[in-house]
Amino acid sequence: MGNAHKTYRKRARRLYRILIVVSVLALITAIGAFYFYGDRHNSEYIVPPKKLEEGQIAKSLDSITGFIQAPGMQETITHCTPCHSAQLVTQNRMTKEGWLSTIRWMQETQNLWDLGDNEPIILEYLAINYAPQEKGRRENLKVEAWYILKE
Amino acid sequence: MNRRKFVKKTTLAAMTGVVGCDIVFGTVMPRGYVPLSLQDPDPFTLFDKDRGMVVLNDRPWNMEARVHLLDDRITPSKYMFIRNNGLIPEDIAVENWVLTVDGESVQQKKRYTLQDLKSKFAHHTYQLTLECGGNGRSEFNPPAKGNQWTIGAVSCAEWTGVRLRDILEDVGLKDTAVYVAYHAADLHLSRNPEKEPISRGVPMDKAMQDETLLAFAMNGRDIPMVHGHPLRLVAGGWPASASGKWVNRLSIRNKIHDGPKMGGSSYRVPCNPVAPGEKVADEDMCIIESMPVKSLITYPKSGAMISEGKKLNIRGHTWAGELEVKKMEYSIDFGSTWETCALEKPANRLAWQHFSASIDFPKKGYYEIWARATDAKGTSQPMLLPGWNPKGYLNNACHRIAVKVV
Repeated sequence: MGNAHKTYRKRARRLYRILIVVSVLALITAIGAFYFYGDRHNSEYIVPPKKLEEGQIAKSLDSITGFIQAPGMQETITHCTPCHSAQLVTQNRMTKEGWLSTIRWMQETQNLWDLGDNEPIILEYLAINYAPQEKGRRENLKVEAWYILKE
Repeated sequence: MNRRKFVKKTTLAAMTGVVGCDIVFGTVMPRGYVPLSLQDPDPFTLFDKDRGMVVLNDRPWNMEARVHLLDDRITPSKYMFIRNNGLIPEDIAVENWVLTVDGESVQQKKRYTLQDLKSKFAHHTYQLTLECGGNGRSEFNPPAKGNQWTIGAVSCAEWTGVRLRDILEDVGLKDTAVYVAYHAADLHLSRNPEKEPISRGVPMDKAMQDETLLAFAMNGRDIPMVHGHPLRLVAGGWPASASGKWVNRLSIRNKIHDGPKMGGSSYRVPCNPVAPGEKVADEDMCIIESMPVKSLITYPKSGAMISEGKKLNIRGHTWAGELEVKKMEYSIDFGSTWETCALEKPANRLAWQHFSASIDFPKKGYYEIWARATDAKGTSQPMLLPGWNPKGYLNNACHRIAVKVV
């Protein structure tokens, strides 16, 4: 187990290093996409839509699940949506470590199966596309629509 | 095989195909009945909810109110948030519903039909505040996992039922009793019948309170299916997950209950405060009991523009878990100065209280109205996010609305 684990970790670390550059770029795009599409649900605290920097491309969302279309999406859909909805994933933001511990928690308590070779793929997809964003101790208020109050 | 049988069988086969697994007892399924999983997926119709409600998750169903929808003094069902951990029971046979009371600390196991409960024990009605422990989670930084509730996972409806205490006294408990745990008819998301989605409860002193009910009615009618029909444990002022829905068994435990979502980071917070993002060991986590002091401005809706010289009337609700709210204030200058609001007494213990104020603005411009409540022990709401915790519970930072004087 130790050796296999080491090899796995080594491989994962290498992959991680390569992907870190990609991640940073993708993260910016993902945040941009998140702002752009907005989470219209959070009417009280939405961050105002920001214009994408020149050269940035907004990521498109899968029309059925709402997942960001990027490498690893299919594997994520296959393993993550049989039990719960995609929304439970897409409304969350976690580091790679956070996503891994969530997967482990689901495996320990919620009947999630071993993800096998798909685990690193799913982890990368989540960590890149659903990474946390710094939002301080309290965000600015977002007003959905200004209206004239008649009393 | 005659034609009708053939049609029935093929229809069932088609349904089975769509559902993706065998429909057990499909042959005895009433004609014209559509399995829940195939029913209108529009949750607003399905659960009779206002279309202004916000769906956070459809499996399991989680839905919250927007704050201006919570203006009623008694929350109507259409504006009540939904927090489900598992799948809604697919088959509720009310006439056969039995509540079993068992556990290490009962004198003897006992069973009650719904009719027994309704006829043998006195009925009581209380208006009870139920707030999801994770209400406000979306504001935490670093983000906490789970449904990203904003501020609408709170309600204060009128619940009618029998006192849990009366039932426990009828059953007869040993003096080893520590915790009352609920078990319910909902299904685990994995559909494994061996697994419970959630099984929590309350310690004995909460169980014995006047207001802790086994409820069968909400706002004068049968409890809506999504809110726990036909029987719900209601423990006001505590995280709403203590108020089990679709309850069919109570276990009187001789220790703190250890059911699903009682341990780990579920409905627990660090016993001692931690820095944002810090790792916390399981043994350093404590179960959330009473919810903290909080308030909402339910009128006007954020974004109101009023003319210079006009007063603005605001109103809302405030609550403080087990405690009463003693003072309600608002600020229009980002917390620099505070003015007192008119504050009503609660309809009963554990009901939210209503407040109102009439505000003058000194000049034109953009304002935020901040609301701050103080409970009977002198504890107030923070203006920034309160202590970070791994699952983002207990955000009682003051509510804010934006206003322009033009």
